[in-house]
Amino acid sequence: MTEQSPARLPEPRIAPSVAPTTNSHLQITDVTKNFGSQAVLKGVNLSVAKGGTTAIVGPSGSGKTTLLRLIAGFEHPATGSISLNGSKVAGDGVWLPAHKRQVGYVAQDGALFPHLTVGQNIAFGLDTAKLAGGRRGAAGRISELLDMVSLDASMAKRRPHQLSGGQQQRVALARALAREPELMLLDEPFSALDAGLRVATRRAVAKVLNKAGVTTVLVTHDQAEALSFADQVAVMRGGKLAQIGNPFVVYTRPADRATAEFLGDAVILDAWMEGSLATCSLGGIPVRRPPAQGRVQLMLRPEQIRIAEDGPIRGVVVDTDYFGPETTVRLKLSVPPELADRADHRYPGGGEVITIRHWNAPIARPGMELCLRVVGEAVAFPLDPACD
Amino acid sequence: MAGKGNSPRPPLAVALLATLLALFALIPLGYVIYMTAVTGWDASIELIFRPRVGELLVNTLLLMLIVVPATLVAGVGGAWLVERTKLQGHKWWAVLLAAPLAIPAFVNSYAWVSAIPSLEGVWSGALIATLSYFPLVYIPAAATLSRLDPAIEQSAASLGLGPWQVFFRVVLPQLRIAVTGGGLLVGLHLLAEYGAFAMIRFETFTTAIMQQYASTFNGTAGNMLASVLVFFCLILLVLEVRSRGTARYARIGSGAQSKPLRLPLHRYQVPAQLGLMALTGLAFGLPLWFVIRWIVAGGAEIWDVDEFVPALLQTLGLGLAGAVAATVVAFPMAYLAVRHPGWFSKSLELSNYVTSSMPGIVVGLAFVTVAINVAPDIYQTTGLLVAAYVLLFIPRALVNIRAGLAQAPKELDEAARALGRSPFNAFLKITLRLTAPAAAGGAALVFLAVVTELTATLLLSPNGTRTLASAFWSKSSEIDYAGAAPYALLMILLSAPMTYLLFQQSKKVAGQ
Repeated sequence: MTEQSPARLPEPRIAPSVAPTTNSHLQITDVTKNFGSQAVLKGVNLSVAKGGTTAIVGPSGSGKTTLLRLIAGFEHPATGSISLNGSKVAGDGVWLPAHKRQVGYVAQDGALFPHLTVGQNIAFGLDTAKLAGGRRGAAGRISELLDMVSLDASMAKRRPHQLSGGQQQRVALARALAREPELMLLDEPFSALDAGLRVATRRAVAKVLNKAGVTTVLVTHDQAEALSFADQVAVMRGGKLAQIGNPFVVYTRPADRATAEFLGDAVILDAWMEGSLATCSLGGIPVRRPPAQGRVQLMLRPEQIRIAEDGPIRGVVVDTDYFGPETTVRLKLSVPPELADRADHRYPGGGEVITIRHWNAPIARPGMELCLRVVGEAVAFPLDPACD
Repeated sequence: MAGKGNSPRPPLAVALLATLLALFALIPLGYVIYMTAVTGWDASIELIFRPRVGELLVNTLLLMLIVVPATLVAGVGGAWLVERTKLQGHKWWAVLLAAPLAIPAFVNSYAWVSAIPSLEGVWSGALIATLSYFPLVYIPAAATLSRLDPAIEQSAASLGLGPWQVFFRVVLPQLRIAVTGGGLLVGLHLLAEYGAFAMIRFETFTTAIMQQYASTFNGTAGNMLASVLVFFCLILLVLEVRSRGTARYARIGSGAQSKPLRLPLHRYQVPAQLGLMALTGLAFGLPLWFVIRWIVAGGAEIWDVDEFVPALLQTLGLGLAGAVAATVVAFPMAYLAVRHPGWFSKSLELSNYVTSSMPGIVVGLAFVTVAINVAPDIYQTTGLLVAAYVLLFIPRALVNIRAGLAQAPKELDEAARALGRSPFNAFLKITLRLTAPAAAGGAALVFLAVVTELTATLLLSPNGTRTLASAFWSKSSEIDYAGAAPYALLMILLSAPMTYLLFQQSKKVAGQ
């Protein structure tokens, strides 16, 4: 393994909102929130740059929706403050209600008003008195907004129940955009859609928001959605932000094991860290900025482990799952020959079952022995003292 | 997660309004407890444990023991025939079996006395009560049957159960909530009914309290009888809650629900048709026939415009006032129940349900006593009468507004606020607008109840007030059956569309 020359990962792009910036659109400082005796947010700090797209991702109950509702002005923070464009809107005795925040909001199911037509829904937030041309101007603006979300102007006369889920979400977006908000909040807006529609609607929404230059905060429990949609991902867990960074960084260099496992499949192996080289059942693997020396846990993404024609790292196929374009292969690792001779037992001795992905299904059959190689760097986590 | 649900802290003004209403609703219960306390333990025991109370107790218990099972058999049987068998004309029967609810029990009694003047005693009372109240079981049972998941019955059949076994072992247990709820309503109606039993000279607690009140204005004895009556109501409520259990019978799982299974009746088709004809004929046809017969017999003379029009207008006015007041007052309570569910909103709601389960006579007596002693100026005013209507019938408004609010989730309200509308404006334009149809349905049901209410109206109405019910009562008490007929007909005509509305609504909310 060590003879391989691992491809270096590219330098992480630092998200503009994470770097010290003077153009922060949304600033959340030490925000806490309790529901009764339950602490839902436990001191959250987040900065979103003007025009940036941030995805807040986390499991159910992590506090992400509560955070979004605090930004929208539907809930008061217990402590801490929220500022929009440098002006405090909540906290420290200040409270600006939702309807005065100039913040667009799209709910999970679109929350279209069922008793109004599509056009009336979009016009709901428009101040027709201020529009050039009054009502005629409003009609023009509705058509413009429908066009912006790739819907035909004739849709304006339809009722929400006559639209598909994807169309409803687009109308909800058009309605939220009608007031030209500077900040758009999206609360799991694609989760109710089926897989194919979800991707298409997500792309359409991202395109519209990008074009309009609106700062966007998306809340989702779908890590793939967060990674593909945003230029900054904030991972929430237990009412705290576990990690903030650009999608590439949080995926490839998660801050801890829980974040790693939440953001995608992870291969976790016990390892021995010496300098910047970790030795494990997959051989010696370089680690960038090792957090500790000695016993650590090593994290690799399944796609970093490839099947090789030959080599000392081997595993026996336990079982496979065929998904069409790719096959998930579970392998039981053999003891690497270089570790077999070690007498001090500091090094792990193989036998772990790991999962890798491969495009060629017939190559892996249960019982077959495969040679493996690792591409790129691993991430090491210090061992939890409780497990030691 | 709490943040995704409802904010645990309700708006102060709404919570305050709902609390005030709940406290107001507790006046009748407080009155019964207070009267028992001031009467003293020994005197109370003496007034309660006497032969007269024993007689009333036996009458009431006998009535319960006969009528509740009879209504359950008629209601569930009718519902099963209509919803689960290949009964010819089942769509017509579905409506016809609910129709007797449009006839107030005292009008039913009036018709039966017209048919058989010698009618009296417990069996007569039981017959009239069963015919009047079986739709209270039929409607929820039919609604539940129409919405039960047929897949469960199909699974039972695949496990080797025959059609009858499926009905008794699978279908019937799933009707428990509907049946116990309907049974409770029948029980409460039996305790509260005055006119129907007074007309056939059958004595119950309610008729005895009315007699006591009318003859002597003797508060203490009447109040003790009222406290026994309230005790019965509370026992019924507890029994209903316990028998309902914690089971949930709503359909689980996604995917389209298939149509309910219908059993062929074969040789039972004719007996079933005849049975339903007899039931609806006696419960709906007979009263309607006698009302029309009296109208024909009375000729033009009975249509005394000077008496008739004011009674109609006053009934419409009181019905409208009661409906509007109950709807307005129920709104904060329903809002709390839907948007801020928890122990607070549940206890507030419970106080309303307890009061509305009390007979009109108890609420009437409480208001009379409290008004005379605390605020004599409001005694025998329309306001006090409308307040009593509100307490008696608020659940009808509450249940509907709750269902309406559930159709207007708070996310819509929030979307409106995010679009620049103030909370009040968002409430007006979205929540109120979306709740309006359900609230109107609830108001209509309150209106129906007010139109046919008799006991509280007799006790509390201002001098000179004559509603259709009280005018009907006054005429029929004077054995002027022909003179009473137009009032009966109008009450039936006003009740009919509301009964249909109730029937339709029950189909929508079954299983929720």
